[in-house]
Amino acid sequence: MTQSIPAVEYLVLGDDPHLQAHECQQCGALYLDRRNACAKCSATTFGSRRLSNEGVLRAFTIVQRGAKSGPFTSAVVELNGGGVVKANLLGVTDPAQIHPELKVRLATFPAGTDDDGTVAVAFGYEPVGA
Amino acid sequence: MSDNVWIIGTSMTNFGRFPDLDLLDLASTATLDALADSGQSMTDVGLLALGNVYEANSHNGQRLQKQIGQTGIPVYNVVNACATGATAVRVAMMGIKAGECDVALAVGVEKMGKMGMLGGAARKAAEKTVFTPKGRYGSVVKTEGLLGTGLMPGVFAQAGTEYALANGVTAEQFARVAVKNHLHSTLNPLAQYQKEFSLEEVMSAEVISYPNTLPMCCPTGDGAAAVVLVSDAKLKTLDPDVRRRAVKISASVMTSDPWTEGGQSQPDVNTLTRLAADQAYEIAGIGPEDLDLVELHDCFATAELIHYDNLRLCAPGGAGEFIDSGAPMRDGKTPVNVSGGLLSKGHPIGATGIANLYEVATHLRGEAGARQIDGAKVGLTHVIGLASACAVHVLEAPAA
Repeated sequence: MTQSIPAVEYLVLGDDPHLQAHECQQCGALYLDRRNACAKCSATTFGSRRLSNEGVLRAFTIVQRGAKSGPFTSAVVELNGGGVVKANLLGVTDPAQIHPELKVRLATFPAGTDDDGTVAVAFGYEPVGA
Repeated sequence: MSDNVWIIGTSMTNFGRFPDLDLLDLASTATLDALADSGQSMTDVGLLALGNVYEANSHNGQRLQKQIGQTGIPVYNVVNACATGATAVRVAMMGIKAGECDVALAVGVEKMGKMGMLGGAARKAAEKTVFTPKGRYGSVVKTEGLLGTGLMPGVFAQAGTEYALANGVTAEQFARVAVKNHLHSTLNPLAQYQKEFSLEEVMSAEVISYPNTLPMCCPTGDGAAAVVLVSDAKLKTLDPDVRRRAVKISASVMTSDPWTEGGQSQPDVNTLTRLAADQAYEIAGIGPEDLDLVELHDCFATAELIHYDNLRLCAPGGAGEFIDSGAPMRDGKTPVNVSGGLLSKGHPIGATGIANLYEVATHLRGEAGARQIDGAKVGLTHVIGLASACAVHVLEAPAA
């Protein structure tokens, strides 16, 4: 059976892929990366919190020239119930298809295979109803 | 006694690409010209702050001294992304305000040449055999382009579309910013580019990161700028001709990012700019309606448009209407980037936060030549560097 590994640690794979954030135990601020202390309140204890797989697109750009050849669409998504994440908007490269309050849902995809055959799995967002 | 700080000398080199000049040639030229403009010499200067990004580990302040005068004074080499030059000015000001000196010199210099997109150069892939989580995100693959983009064109494009989705701004309104700044640059002999573009040319140019096309992105380049600052007490001792041309720094504010939820995933270029602007207006005792000109940080056309709102130049949410109205044109209500801005004047990173002071001070002195904003009395400068430092200065013309 093919082994898989999340492209980033805050992506949890399995039957129900989702994002998991570090949550400040004092103020509830959410972080996708490891922090030594909370950037909002300076507390040092963190727990884990599952983030919603659905949210609203708040910003985007369609990259044509960059480190990775385009076009691809980068998006900032405000997740329902808390958390803001940046990822690609999958299957959309026409700005006319993007409108205010566009609802999106998390989707996963393979992003490479290492020499042991392990597949890295990344995530992005798809418009809901697309 | 007031504790005002004054600009008594300022200069900038041409911005552009100068393969025959090294970093110290550029810094020396700007510094010596600023000193000559101020009527001072290196022996009068009590502190030197030098801003530079890409050669910041080379102690360039001391290297500059070896070209123009080693006098034993304290030297502070500073780096703060695109706010590096402004940071050097802040250090020089703080030296004066702390009473450590009464004449201070701030210099910003950068030599970038044709670097291409920052962070966009292809990197040689490391031999990778087994995926292993690395860094604070536990990444096993490079995430740029895979999980969105964090390169500057994309960051500022997304900052722009966030504003556009919330306020109904169009791609054409963003493009009008570039049309304006390229037009303004045709009057500035110091600008890297001095070429006019039509709206159609801007909009049909190569898309770099939508909605920004190539002429909506600032170039890399070389250049330097310098200011000579003095205390109130020192100014009173100087020649009448120096005093007559002295420009008051009515506010000098620097901010960094306060915590925001969205700012953890995508740089929030708005909040710290708003904080800096509001503090600067309060300290200077003026409002945005009092500004005769503004030099703001238009690293991309999308950035300029949202900073109209962040700097309170327009009604909340009204930046699109503001550009359509012609208000930021050089003959408009609040001229913005009459130098051509970063988009056309250029953006040698370390120099930018002093070059904008040069521009505004030159107008306030009535010495800006063909691009002079007639009767300019109050101006504002703004820079932002990720991630993140913002500086806002308010300058006032000397009393007539």
